[in-house]
Amino acid sequence: MTTYPLRTPISEKDVRKLVVNDTIYLTGTIVTARDSAHKKALDLHKNGKQLPLNLEGLAVFHCGPIVKKENHEWNVLAAGPTTSTRMEPFEDDFIKNFKVRVVIGKGGMGKKTVDAMKHYGAVYGAFTGGAAVLAAKAIKQVKGVEWTDLGMPEAMWILDVENFGPLTVAIDTHGNNLFQTIQTKAETKKQKIYKTLGF
Amino acid sequence: MVSMQVVENVAVKLLQLAVTELPQDVKDALQRAHREEDTQVGKSQLKAILDNIDLAEKTSAPMCQDTGVIIFYVKAGSKLDGIDKIEDALRKATIRATKQVPLRPNAVNPFTQKNTSDNTGRHIPYIHWEIVPGDTLELTVLPKGGGSENVSALGMLSPSQGTNALKKFVIDTIINAGAKPCPPTILGIAVGGGADIAMNLAKQTLLKPLNQPNPDPELAKLEQELREAANSTGIGPMGLGGKTTVLDVKIDYAYRHPASYPVAIVVQCWAARRASAKIYSNEKIEYISHKVN
Repeated sequence: MTTYPLRTPISEKDVRKLVVNDTIYLTGTIVTARDSAHKKALDLHKNGKQLPLNLEGLAVFHCGPIVKKENHEWNVLAAGPTTSTRMEPFEDDFIKNFKVRVVIGKGGMGKKTVDAMKHYGAVYGAFTGGAAVLAAKAIKQVKGVEWTDLGMPEAMWILDVENFGPLTVAIDTHGNNLFQTIQTKAETKKQKIYKTLGF
Repeated sequence: MVSMQVVENVAVKLLQLAVTELPQDVKDALQRAHREEDTQVGKSQLKAILDNIDLAEKTSAPMCQDTGVIIFYVKAGSKLDGIDKIEDALRKATIRATKQVPLRPNAVNPFTQKNTSDNTGRHIPYIHWEIVPGDTLELTVLPKGGGSENVSALGMLSPSQGTNALKKFVIDTIINAGAKPCPPTILGIAVGGGADIAMNLAKQTLLKPLNQPNPDPELAKLEQELREAANSTGIGPMGLGGKTTVLDVKIDYAYRHPASYPVAIVVQCWAARRASAKIYSNEKIEYISHKVN
């Protein structure tokens, strides 16, 4: 249970040091992507096209922010994480092709992602669900926005962050999945709980 | 005589209060959970929640980017003039608050998938009506988030198994939900009536302050028993493990059909947002859930 401040781009070596229950705070560039942006990025890659930004070593944040344009500049008002399981069909290819080192979201992800993280070197950082103002406060600047045709929440926001966190490492590069561990423990306690409740 | 402009203004204020500031009883429950948590990860999640609440309040920003689907509970005095115009005032208030606060546009046509971008649409905002004696108007707003709503459940259980079936259904639902509803959550539970009646009552129990135990001692005991059982799952804050999985359990009931035992569970996330105010016939306004200067 160690706390690490990390600066993007993050090296594969650094990310492989992390284990579940560690806490990380990110500084540098991160991008938001929900289902549509994941799909769009993978489609571009499939067609041999470049992404607007090299994502290697960066973090991808599952988030549809509330943004407001003030004096020609975008301002992020609220930016909590969205449920990550919706991105499960895309995340393994996303990690493989773009070499992102941190996936930020809530609720955890499935086996395909866990395997890709182990194989290619990436971790899942759980950000507190709903803590949207805390997230927004760590966003220092909107560096750009791509794919606005997908709609504001679905667009890819390129963000400059400072001490973005706390992110709890919930999936590491060693195949550990904290959410799965907690869930399995709860399942095994079920019979005991039934008994306590008198049946 | 209450003007509809006043109703609209108060409803905008309630929406703003609800999404930017939690009622004191919810804040107290989260602070208690933070004090009592003994896992490092659980404590850090609760600390982030408390910091976030504090920042949202200070900056008047929505505490969560999901500002929910808007539901109003209206208690209208039967002697009140213009009851038929209240619905229109509440729709206007929702549109205004969406721009002003701002709220995330969350009203989507389920067939065309088109978002109206102002939080209104067919049956949305949803309005529950109660006609009460007198000439005052009491408005409550419940902006209900999607993540927690998605794990709400209805069980048409077997009457022969009674309360045991209810308890099992609650525990199974909370374990299946895991991290998804942004725990620590509040469980609104209702039994009886019928599928719709149970669901409706379950959601309404979320309007009750957390520090008020059920007036029925048997139900108060059941609430406590289920709260302790849910917390013994170890799912904890954000599903990352810890002591507090639910902040509270609230139970209500209606008499049931001899052949039916409907049990409804509505799950509310830690951002248990609600706001209420009373408007008197002389247009004096009394905020109930929040302190307003």
